[in-house]
Amino acid sequence: MNIVVLVKQVPDSGSERKLDPADNTVARASADNVINEMDEYAIEEALTIKEAQGGEVTVLTVGPDGATDAIRKALSMGADKAVHVSDEAIHGSDASQISAVLAAALQQMEYDLVVCGAEATDSQMSVMPALLSERLGIPQLSGARKVTIDGGTAKVERQTDGGYWALEAPLPAIVSTWDTINEPRYPSFKGIMAAKKKPVETKTLADLGLDASAVGLANAATQVLDFAGRPPKGEGVKVTDEGDGAQKFVDFLASQKIV
Amino acid sequence: MAEVLVLAELNPAGGGVRKTTLEALTAARALGEPSAVVLGAPGTAAGVRDQLAEYGAATVYVAESADIDDYLVAPKAEVLAQLVSEKSPAAVVIPSSPEGKEIAARLAVKTGSGFLTDVTEIAADGTATQAAFAGATIVHSKVTTGTPIFTLRGNSVTPEAAPAAGAEQSVSVSISDAAKQVRVVERVVEQKSNRPELTEASIVVSGGRGVASAENFSIIEALADSLGAAVGASRAAVDSGFYPHSFQVGQTGKTVSPNLYVAVGISGAIQHRAGMQTSKTIVAINKDPEAPIFELADFGVIGDLNTVVPAATEQINARK
Ligand SMILES: Cc1cc2nc3c(=O)[nH]c(=O)nc-3n(C[C@H](O)[C@H](O)[C@H](O)COP(=O)(O)OP(=O)(O)OC[C@H]3O[C@@H](n4cnc5c(N)ncnc54)[C@H](O)[C@@H]3O)c2cc1C
Ligand SMILES: Nc1ncnc2c1ncn2[C@@H]1O[C@H](COP(=O)(O)O)[C@@H](O)[C@H]1O
Repeated sequence: MNIVVLVKQVPDSGSERKLDPADNTVARASADNVINEMDEYAIEEALTIKEAQGGEVTVLTVGPDGATDAIRKALSMGADKAVHVSDEAIHGSDASQISAVLAAALQQMEYDLVVCGAEATDSQMSVMPALLSERLGIPQLSGARKVTIDGGTAKVERQTDGGYWALEAPLPAIVSTWDTINEPRYPSFKGIMAAKKKPVETKTLADLGLDASAVGLANAATQVLDFAGRPPKGEGVKVTDEGDGAQKFVDFLASQKIV
Repeated sequence: MAEVLVLAELNPAGGGVRKTTLEALTAARALGEPSAVVLGAPGTAAGVRDQLAEYGAATVYVAESADIDDYLVAPKAEVLAQLVSEKSPAAVVIPSSPEGKEIAARLAVKTGSGFLTDVTEIAADGTATQAAFAGATIVHSKVTTGTPIFTLRGNSVTPEAAPAAGAEQSVSVSISDAAKQVRVVERVVEQKSNRPELTEASIVVSGGRGVASAENFSIIEALADSLGAAVGASRAAVDSGFYPHSFQVGQTGKTVSPNLYVAVGISGAIQHRAGMQTSKTIVAINKDPEAPIFELADFGVIGDLNTVVPAATEQINARK
């Protein structure tokens, strides 16, 4: 079983994140960058499947040179090797363009299963499985809280409001995972040391047979015109409960015509 | 006037259209004359046409086929792409559910168009507003290539009726084998609730770690029921097993934007704010006067939730 895990490096969702006023793209260079939290669940799921069924787990990332940190994290958890697509021309690409790069990279790899996170915490789009399915013609089993690989068939419980949908499709397929699916392992000291020696292949657009005109800010099908910080909320009212807190709360609701 | 396609999102069999559909029809009117698109198993459109007409659909395109229901997402994107090529609409507006975003993504690839997800507003010139980074940054964006495709975040627009003809036009469908790869074997409902759906509710009452136990969440539910609200939870509450994951609000849970959000025993971590920051009115109940949630709150009560919440519930019920 050859499994490819898609891993993205993102600005830490717990620290301040910014757009770069120079070109309205995510300010990645100045950010506190981490592996997309949701991708750790994808890695864990891939490793679990490999441990049960044999095979190899390859990490695939599209991102700037610094994204090697996210790759090392995935390798230290136990992935076998990595492919890192890095090219200046990719800067400012939108989700659709990134999917074209990932698709081109996947076409040069052997895979039975692609696993990715259910969403990237910077874009919060949750569209990569749909985009890749469309581009590669492989089935999309997205939003999984459970994955079972049964011979040549992938079975997924797609998480929904108040339940799930049972999905089934033939391999090769792409699956995305929510944080309800497993508990990602922590890299062991041995894992961290071993990761330093695992192969990371770096590829450019040219290596993928892609032209720079297929990617990048200037060629994106969407454009950020401007941005601003959310206007600060006006000072709210704060009361200390002295037996009358509930009353004051209900009075507030009444003043807002809610009760 | 230019035609704008609006994909209708429906409640399970017989339940009419979702509020998000009426919001999408309302938002679409900024760009032209909306036409609704109803996609589903045979018999789907019968119960919803009038409602779509009432909210501005001049035409209701209906594509009904078992294939649309039996396979995930791809058939819907295929029919929508067929309609885009036939009608050359000015734009496509889709409610921003997980499925809606996936349909938008596929449609964008099929039609060579740009797409914007989770927009909160669409202006007449096609400029869309989005809330990035946990709602901390307001972004204006535009689609520059192809037919603009937008997914509209729930509760961003107030649905307004605007009666139109709602002329039904059936669309013949033949779903390709390529779109029939992922079979939906079963749709399982595990929690049946009489409360409004979290992302649609106009009031949400959420509990955090401060609620302290699963049993004690009953006081959150009681307040919610007194207000006709949905119940939400912080990640800490979910991770502690107090409440199921599907009710989690925040970065890795649901994004809600109700008229009123009541945060009870929630500190207001940045990842929690990500899911509720755009709520119109925010109330916080917390015993720690320094809790960051108070920075967001229009009204805050510093106090013990175990006394404040039940007392407030009683008073609200008494007013009815
Ligand atoms: C990548 C990532 C994604 C995340 N995604 C999410 C997400 O989607 N949603 C989310 O919510 N969090 C998310 N988190 C977690 C987030 O950082 C916080 O840990 C979490 O929101 C805290 O939940 P809480 O406010 O309930 O708990 P705490 O921070 O422990 O706060 C509990 C609050 O309850 C108050 N309290 C306690 N007892 C009482 C009482 N008797 N009466 C009144 N008040 C009381 C306390 O004063 C305190 O302020 C994420 C974190 C990461 C790293
Ligand atoms: N640049 C990228 N490189 C590798 N994987 C990515 C990239 N962007 C997105 N992904 C994967 O797609 C998932 C969903 O991302 P998104 O659709 O942007 O929310 C992420 O969790 C990643 O697994």
